[in-house]
Amino acid sequence: MNDYQMMVDAYKEAGGDDVFADSEVAHLVLERDKILGMHAVEGLEVEADKISNDTVKVKVTIKEGYKIKNPVHMCFGVLPKEGRQKIEMKVEVQKDAQVEVRADCVFPNAVQVEHIMDAVINIAAGGSYIYKEHHFHGDNGGVEVIAKSDINVESYGKLVTKFDLLKGRVGKIDFDYEANIAEHGTVEMLARISGQQDDLVKIREAAHLKGESARGILDSKIALKDQAEAEIYNELTADAAEAMGHVDCTEIIKDQAIARAIPIVDVRHPEAKVTHEAAIGSVDSTQLQTLMARGLDEEEASEVIIQGLLND
Amino acid sequence: MSKLLEVKDLHLKIEDAEILKGMEFSLEKGEVFALIGPNGCGKSTLAYTLMGINNYHPQKGEMIYKGEKINELAINERAKKGITLAWQEPARYQGVTVREFLSLGLKSQGEEVTEEKLKEALNKVAINPAQYLNRFVDKSLSGGERKRIELASLIFMHPELIILDEPDSGVDIVALNNIAEMINYFKDSGSGILLITHSEEMLEYADRAALVCEGEIIRQGNPADISDYFKSFCFPCAKEEDCETEVAS
Repeated sequence: MNDYQMMVDAYKEAGGDDVFADSEVAHLVLERDKILGMHAVEGLEVEADKISNDTVKVKVTIKEGYKIKNPVHMCFGVLPKEGRQKIEMKVEVQKDAQVEVRADCVFPNAVQVEHIMDAVINIAAGGSYIYKEHHFHGDNGGVEVIAKSDINVESYGKLVTKFDLLKGRVGKIDFDYEANIAEHGTVEMLARISGQQDDLVKIREAAHLKGESARGILDSKIALKDQAEAEIYNELTADAAEAMGHVDCTEIIKDQAIARAIPIVDVRHPEAKVTHEAAIGSVDSTQLQTLMARGLDEEEASEVIIQGLLND
Repeated sequence: MSKLLEVKDLHLKIEDAEILKGMEFSLEKGEVFALIGPNGCGKSTLAYTLMGINNYHPQKGEMIYKGEKINELAINERAKKGITLAWQEPARYQGVTVREFLSLGLKSQGEEVTEEKLKEALNKVAINPAQYLNRFVDKSLSGGERKRIELASLIFMHPELIILDEPDSGVDIVALNNIAEMINYFKDSGSGILLITHSEEMLEYADRAALVCEGEIIRQGNPADISDYFKSFCFPCAKEEDCETEVAS
């Protein structure tokens, strides 16, 4: 079996849709520094170049006014037990263009794997970029993900990022996303992660609502068990009139897990408003016992509650 | 009718406060037995104790269900034997759809989950399946909607004993009529229902009733008589001496 087929199989096993043969669906498949598949559609350009050992530079451009009908599928990963993948990603969403990207990152056999993503995302006026990233790390816990994004959303632009890692081990995740939002722009950053054993989750998400009527939501939901640890740092600042935002961090912990939530809310205009909620604790006993009164045992009931939280 | 539940001399203390003080009653199959009393008299505590909720373990007395003492059984063990509880304030679940919530009851009974069964259950509580099956069982539902969905979920349990804790609280008249219909549905299906309420209107759905005061049943009998007594002596609370005189008479 060739590398391409192995990546596609790993992608499908992780829950990805079988879209790579569809000529109307743009895609990019990278295994370490190997560009295994690439397909563009009208209005969307994809360039990928290996620039050094283990490193690929990717540029995605959505041309002005184009609304890409089908989600773009990106499949990144490392198939062997050991390896490193670094992606330098630049995304340009031009004026009034719209695209949704579904990125699946698969590391099914990882024992010592490093995945580094350095992204710069520019969304021009009226543009829309929805980025859904789904990770599958296998059961060894040997993945280290380091992701950094610098995001710029111009007036009336829209950014949505949704990250989820709900099956298999996390290993180590270190995110640092920073977004600047102009007038009437919106940003929504969602993270859903389930950690176990000695997994380590570190997330820093910052959005700066700089323009009038800019909107921002930072929403993290994390479930931890065993000795897993998480530190969630959400920062939302508002500097302009009618800028509004909300920070929400919910972490459920079991066993010896440790969770920290650090919400930073910084408002510098009297007509701006930012709210925050943070809740860390065990599974709610009323929720738990209601399900147990339906015949579920404690473990089954906990799983329903945690999966619900992470699916929200 | 055969005895479904017998509660004998049930005492429960929480942090030195004696909440149940020798509670004693029985319930038959297919019977609606209402417990009425003012807020704080121990009704909900009794419901939690019967269901086996954490920290509601009686220090004295017996709960006998279908001839078996259930004092030491865990909540889910009691549920598997056919006992269930509809809470006064049913829990909300982020990210769990009505479809998933209802399916749990079917799965716990080893039954196949089908769209038809889910729709039928929701129709029974006057909830439109097309509008609600994919909604979350979270704060977006009103109190009445949440309570009706709770009752719909009980249908799949095929419960033999249902404890309804204040089913009428916080619901509008439409939901109230529907809850009454569901009480009759479960009764007709042969379930015994322990109906806990502080509203005398609910007593009209009961076959028998008892008045609870400060952790004790002070009077049992015909629901109309209990209702009259409740209205006459509990609002405001009659002095203990007067009340006891009436009980004795």
